[in-house]
Amino acid sequence: MNVYLLFPSRNADPKQPLPPNADALIQDLELDTLFEAMARGDEYLRTAAKQALLSSLDSPAEILYRQEILRDCLKNPEVVRQIYSLPLQAIDRKHRHWMGIFSHYPSGVLSGALQMLEMFVDLLKTLKQIADEHGAAFESRGFRRFFAMIQQELDDAYFVEVQEHLERLKFREGVLLSAELGMGNQGANYVLRKTAHPARNWIQRILSRKASVYSYTLPMRDEHGARALGELRDQGINLVANAAGQSADHIDSFFAALRLELAFYLGCINLAERLAELGELIAFPAPAAADERVHSFTGLYDACLSLTMKQKAVGNSVNANGKDLVIITGANQGGKSTLLRSIGLAQLMMQCGMFVPAEAFSANLCRGVFTHYKREEDASMTSGKFDEELSRMSAIADLVRADSLVLFNESFAATNEREGSEIARQIVTALLERRVKVYFVTHQYELANGFHQRGMENALFLRAQRQQVDGRRTFQLQEGAPLPTSFGEDLYRKVFE
Amino acid sequence: MTFFSILFDNDDLPKETEAAPACFSDLNLDQIVKAVTARKKDYRLAPFFYTPLRSAETIRYRHEVMRDLENESLLAHIETFAEKMVIVGRYLGLVEKLEFHHHKQGWFLDAALVYCEAIGSLAENLAQINLTSRGLLALREYLTQYVTSPAFQSLTAEACKVKEGLAGVRYSIIIESGKFKVLKYEDEPDYSVEVEKTFAKFQQGAVKDYRSELGKASGMNHIEAKILEFVTLLYPEAFAALDRFRAGHTQFVDEALRTFDREIQFYIAYLDGMRDLRHKGLIFCYPEVGASKEVFVRDGFDLALAQTLLFSEKPVICNDFALTNPERVMVVTGPNQGGKTTFARMFGQLHYLASLGLPVPGRAARLFLCDNIFTHFERAEDIRNLRSKLQDDLVRLHEIFSRATPDSLIILNEVFASTSLKDAVFMSKEIMRRALELDLPGVWVTFIDELASFGEKTVSMVSAIVPEDPARRTFKIVRRPADGLAYALSLAEKHRLTYAQLKERIRL
Repeated sequence: MNVYLLFPSRNADPKQPLPPNADALIQDLELDTLFEAMARGDEYLRTAAKQALLSSLDSPAEILYRQEILRDCLKNPEVVRQIYSLPLQAIDRKHRHWMGIFSHYPSGVLSGALQMLEMFVDLLKTLKQIADEHGAAFESRGFRRFFAMIQQELDDAYFVEVQEHLERLKFREGVLLSAELGMGNQGANYVLRKTAHPARNWIQRILSRKASVYSYTLPMRDEHGARALGELRDQGINLVANAAGQSADHIDSFFAALRLELAFYLGCINLAERLAELGELIAFPAPAAADERVHSFTGLYDACLSLTMKQKAVGNSVNANGKDLVIITGANQGGKSTLLRSIGLAQLMMQCGMFVPAEAFSANLCRGVFTHYKREEDASMTSGKFDEELSRMSAIADLVRADSLVLFNESFAATNEREGSEIARQIVTALLERRVKVYFVTHQYELANGFHQRGMENALFLRAQRQQVDGRRTFQLQEGAPLPTSFGEDLYRKVFE
Repeated sequence: MTFFSILFDNDDLPKETEAAPACFSDLNLDQIVKAVTARKKDYRLAPFFYTPLRSAETIRYRHEVMRDLENESLLAHIETFAEKMVIVGRYLGLVEKLEFHHHKQGWFLDAALVYCEAIGSLAENLAQINLTSRGLLALREYLTQYVTSPAFQSLTAEACKVKEGLAGVRYSIIIESGKFKVLKYEDEPDYSVEVEKTFAKFQQGAVKDYRSELGKASGMNHIEAKILEFVTLLYPEAFAALDRFRAGHTQFVDEALRTFDREIQFYIAYLDGMRDLRHKGLIFCYPEVGASKEVFVRDGFDLALAQTLLFSEKPVICNDFALTNPERVMVVTGPNQGGKTTFARMFGQLHYLASLGLPVPGRAARLFLCDNIFTHFERAEDIRNLRSKLQDDLVRLHEIFSRATPDSLIILNEVFASTSLKDAVFMSKEIMRRALELDLPGVWVTFIDELASFGEKTVSMVSAIVPEDPARRTFKIVRRPADGLAYALSLAEKHRLTYAQLKERIRL
């Protein structure tokens, strides 16, 4: 039995490592704000949200699979929360009753396993009930398969069969083993045998049929003997204890998988509810294949900004279809960084199957999203600032490949403009020739203008606007050629005057 | 049947030495031997590695065996044999140690079975293989006669028959609290399988294995002994046959084959080490070993260093040298950390390994069969020894020159580092004069340039640098006068982020 709610035909791997650039993404895109809105203080939900958001899916098909399920979740939030509570109950009961397999000896393993199995059977019955009552309200392929599986596998006959094993495994009368002679005439291949009558008197029945039987009763004080006999019994029930123990673990991991996979959707429900409270719109994005160049959106806003400000954020609309390079220039505090962040965030959200903060959004998948942002001076004093920027770029170069997306925010400006522009030019040119998609926010006129002069078909130039009259900015970006000043002057005035 | 040794072509030579030669730690030969013998401790192979040969003929004898062993199927057969002989030894050890009669008898039988199997398949397999070495041909001859001998034949036949009888024994145990019953087994179904089947649908990938490691390899407590006793009552004939077998075959392992089993490991241990390094692209060759002092190697390397780099990405740097008459001493100079000491060690290692009759690191080599390798490497000051460092240097050098002959080899590394340059130059020249008088081949690593151009018998070698990037070490030692250059790298180049570098790096 598999949950398969995150992927069409495989389980989620909770140990899947985050991409090496995860920390940079979290820092540069302010992802912690998003995680908090999804988690509402629950560490487990936060981890699940983080894992999902930073582990992009590879194909539009996988994304659409999750989008369908997420739509079901947004329609039936209470049923989803009810299912999610089952694994939590399992954890709670294990804690309260000290359940678990703590022994290394088969008899200990077996008794621990039996206790857990009895508890799980109870929860599985509840799950079956939910499937019977609410399954019909779900339309996604993922949930339909999930409920059908529960109904098919966990029918009444199955619960009866399990019950009988749980009774027999208590071995009230004793155990029957078969054995052969192994190396050095030592007993080997101990196999636990099924006795014909589970309840009573099976020993008498066997003995009445056999010719020679040799019996031995341990003397009262033979503690070594008692231990040795116990070990032998353990050897006999070793496999069945293992089977029971592993079955308990398997069911445990089934519930753990259920928790893990639903945690992502629960986070999404939480976020959707929060954004709705703020009056923000959400949309299910249209993903395109990685080798296409699609990027167009209307009303794209920075969800993290909106969550932080607790109010609606300004949206942007851009059509960058067919573009490999987007260079964003213009006024300070003109919304350049916000736009760049919202682009990175929406890309990650789309790629994990979430809705995006926009009225409409479509983009090609990117094989890896990378951020290269200007940073504070390196605290460790091991390298100069420019050196530090280059070493971060070098780390990205190790990971980036065709159809990746790299977001630069005022990169390579920690040296004079000529050198910085030249190095940035070389880097961006190399990235473009390797089919990497690049968004670059920069003040460096020489860099921006250099690319503008080339008249490239696949480049788009956006400029942060400011209202000409009183210097107030609109925080909206429009297409426009780079200008030689970044309007720092009026910011300076605003601060000093 | 004639006695033979796979390591020596005649009986007159000293076979084993208990202590390592003096040059061992300077040349890192101790590390090499430790690494090579690490997985074969029980064979005590080090004494073989401590015993260099003086006869070119014995070296040829070993080369022959080694070349045969490079045939992988032969090697596999011998390794299988060796593994089985280890098992035989372990089982016989149990027979000595154990307590219960039927238990001891059981292990004795199993030891004999493994032995017969080991010998039988080795003989059979060697017959299929094309052998050329005198050593292995003699082994095959010996084995052929041994396996057809009546003693071995009856050992095999009887062991198999007794085992067959015991393998047919099946019994059941009913375990209740404080008592048990033993009886013959009737076909009750396997219950564990049924339980597994019921819960199979929940399988979620790998889970913990709860099976206890209960099957002790060699133990038997009195309860198990009691059960076994009951089983002998259920099946008396099988156990009577076992007792008769033990009485009839007390000492079954052949002495000559036991010796072979140990000695052949000398080759196998070294071959194992070679195989690992060959996977890394390194090459070994069979050197020409003799009295000529016109030694050379192509693509030689420091074996100890190569072993430590085995699991690292770093490449092992290979170097060449060649002395043509009248050249005798290579003087190595150049920047620190440039591979000079490694080069000197390699020179010594090559000669020592060659004197063991083993292949040496390199593509091709001619090496000098010396009577002794004298080394003098800089050592940490020893507080227990009251001499100054300079005095210590001189005492040690004096000792070397009082024992060295024209057939010796000398390797000096940074001597006189603790005195003034003027003194060092003077003493170095004195020592060099003595060395050249003896006409012995050698390597001298030094910071004193004057030695490099001492005369027609010295050769100047330099650790090379990349002209464009002197900070980078090539670890190449080349034949030329010393030089040195320094250029700074641009920051972007350092991070490999120029247009050309970056484009090269990005994966498609």
